Amino acid sequence: MTTPAIKGQAGLTGNSAIAYGMKQINPDVCAAYPITPSTGIVEEFSGYVADGAVDTEFITVESEHSAMSACIGASAAGARVMTATSSQGLAYMWEMLYIASGMRLPIVLTDVNRALSAPINIHCDHSDSMGARDAGWIQLYSETVQEAYDNLLQAVRIAEHKDVMLPVMVCLDGFITSHAIENITLINDADVKEFIGEYQAAHPLLDTDNPVTYGAMTLPDTYMEFKHQQSKAIARSKDVVSEIGKEFGKKFGREYGLMEKYKLDDADAAIVILNSAAGTTKVAVDELRKAGKKVGILKPRLFRPLPYREIADALRNVKSVAVLDRVDSMNGFGGPLFNETRSALYELEKRPKVISRIFGLGGRDYKVKDAVQVFDELLKIADTGKVESLTKYIMNKES
Amino acid sequence: MATLKELAKQDELFSGGHRLCAGCGIPPIVRLVLRSANAPVVATTATGCLEVGTTIYPYTAWRIPWVHSAFENAAATISGIETAYRAFKKRGRIPQDKNIKFIAFGGDGGTYDIGLQALSGALERGHNFLYVCYDNGAYMNTGIQRSGATPFGAATTTSPAGDVIPGKQELKKDLTRIVVAHNVPYAAQGSPHNWADLSKKAEKALKVNGPSFLNVISPCPLGWYSKPEESIEAAKIAVDTCYWALYEVENGVLKINYKPKQKRPISDWLKMQGRFKHLLKPENKPLLDRMQQYIDTEWERLLSLEGKII
Ligand SMILES: Cc1ncc(C[n+]2csc(CCOP(=O)(O)OP(=O)(O)O)c2C)c(N)n1
Repeated sequence: MTTPAIKGQAGLTGNSAIAYGMKQINPDVCAAYPITPSTGIVEEFSGYVADGAVDTEFITVESEHSAMSACIGASAAGARVMTATSSQGLAYMWEMLYIASGMRLPIVLTDVNRALSAPINIHCDHSDSMGARDAGWIQLYSETVQEAYDNLLQAVRIAEHKDVMLPVMVCLDGFITSHAIENITLINDADVKEFIGEYQAAHPLLDTDNPVTYGAMTLPDTYMEFKHQQSKAIARSKDVVSEIGKEFGKKFGREYGLMEKYKLDDADAAIVILNSAAGTTKVAVDELRKAGKKVGILKPRLFRPLPYREIADALRNVKSVAVLDRVDSMNGFGGPLFNETRSALYELEKRPKVISRIFGLGGRDYKVKDAVQVFDELLKIADTGKVESLTKYIMNKES
Repeated sequence: MATLKELAKQDELFSGGHRLCAGCGIPPIVRLVLRSANAPVVATTATGCLEVGTTIYPYTAWRIPWVHSAFENAAATISGIETAYRAFKKRGRIPQDKNIKFIAFGGDGGTYDIGLQALSGALERGHNFLYVCYDNGAYMNTGIQRSGATPFGAATTTSPAGDVIPGKQELKKDLTRIVVAHNVPYAAQGSPHNWADLSKKAEKALKVNGPSFLNVISPCPLGWYSKPEESIEAAKIAVDTCYWALYEVENGVLKINYKPKQKRPISDWLKMQGRFKHLLKPENKPLLDRMQQYIDTEWERLLSLEGKII
């Protein structure tokens, strides 16, 4: 396989852009296992390894459980480590996700979002990463190929920041983003190298002159201190994400914050939504704005840690909000994004009405007309103050 | 090979003061293996007695870099560490003349059962590491539950000797053969009672280029219902009955390291251990015979392979 020469502007799929970003990062170790729709990342990266375009040591593990275990071993050894997966693969890693964050290892994982079985389905929804939302990983969501690429580069800095030292998961939508070609702006290799810098672990296992014990057993008298420190570290990461997003903007012209507010300032009604479906919703907003309707979008980029104050602040003046989850929490109160957004809003003295809509499970289409319908409903709620259905599935089945 | 005197003079890499039981076979095995490395060692341990008993925060018995991450993944964890080492060497972040050894320790549960996939993967990929399985024949840390390594007939908390079912009804899995089937450069079975044999094997295992494996019988007074002061004797009798054969497979060639002049009957080993008490009752004679027959067949098989490429 020959390595494509990509410079500046390039038409790339999400998977290719992530693989290319990984090539530029040139981590010490990568351990990964194939699963649709993230397989392309692993394949393309293997090509870079085979061609000598990177000198990363690539471990072709026999499972995702071992992928994360090997990442943990390599990271504790002091290496800069990356992996990618989807769906069942992330679920299979679940036990090890908590261990990576609990041991404060700055591993970067790309999750190409895909539905969880059963029934088996290879298409996009967020049940995989949302199932891991309490695993202690920082989670960055990406609407586009460009955002996924930019998030990946920033993830390395966030994870390895001395005030953070936690693993980061970069999420992008399976097929919709992973397999669609988008024209994106790439950063040149030297600038990437300079931006990410070198990683020097504080207590690497490979420093045999200064032996350390990782993963000791704790009893009730110390476990909670570890968890408290971890909790404070992930809380601190919020400011680090902002800082690095700003620095990235200064250097490369694309600034990132904790969330994107799209025509939200004067909006009466807002949709809160993650990843690629935000793009579809933007089209609906533009159409409705033309017709004089005051509608907008809040698209969180950072979901863990949840920037709950900033979310409440962003929605402070909105009258009605629909939170669209691409996952159900199966008889919880709406989906996770709804649940947490609504909870964040509770701090406001004057709260908007908030409804939950579940959409797009297992790759079900979400179209501009669906967003328009939700906005119509929201504008009615804004007028009347009455909610007809608090939680609902957007089935969107025409045939 | 180092003499016992020389071994005793070396720095202790695995300190006393840990919380493993009196009579536990694990500490002598670990100490001996670590002393045979003659180089800096980085180790990992699967969840189990060794891990729990040596690293209760803020204490650690390990004077080498050590990590525990989970139960079923010691081989995958060491794969990552060893790979990071190769990456650093390639990139000049570790001096070329520095030679670190990598060892994964796991109990029989973490190795024969839940960790078999990770072990197989790591062996197949050919990482440069030694995997040491301490085989005490059950999940001891969680209270003596049956494993794939539990001997036929043994009573455990999940295979109790009941009125209808007299202990474990399945034969032990032959893990060493499974490992050998991966065509690793070195695999062997050892016992803590024969320190010279075990330390020679550890030295060899740590010298080869590629994965190596040691399966070491590890007496457990708590789970075997045996006397702590008789642990080393129990290991010796396991070998003298040929229940636990001392052999090695080096580059495919099988060598038996010890052949008892007079093979002792298995009942000699069973009667030291409360977990086999029921097998010695007259009505269970057929079970005892079946166990003896299995051991005889396996020993004959091994003898027939002696000196051959297997
Ligand atoms: C995935 C998982 N399943 C179960 C356990 C519970 N567990 C911890 S140690 C152990 C048994 C260990 O047995 P073995 O490997 O034989 O080592 P020993 O306890 O004898 O040292 C079990 C079942 C666990 N920690 N993780």
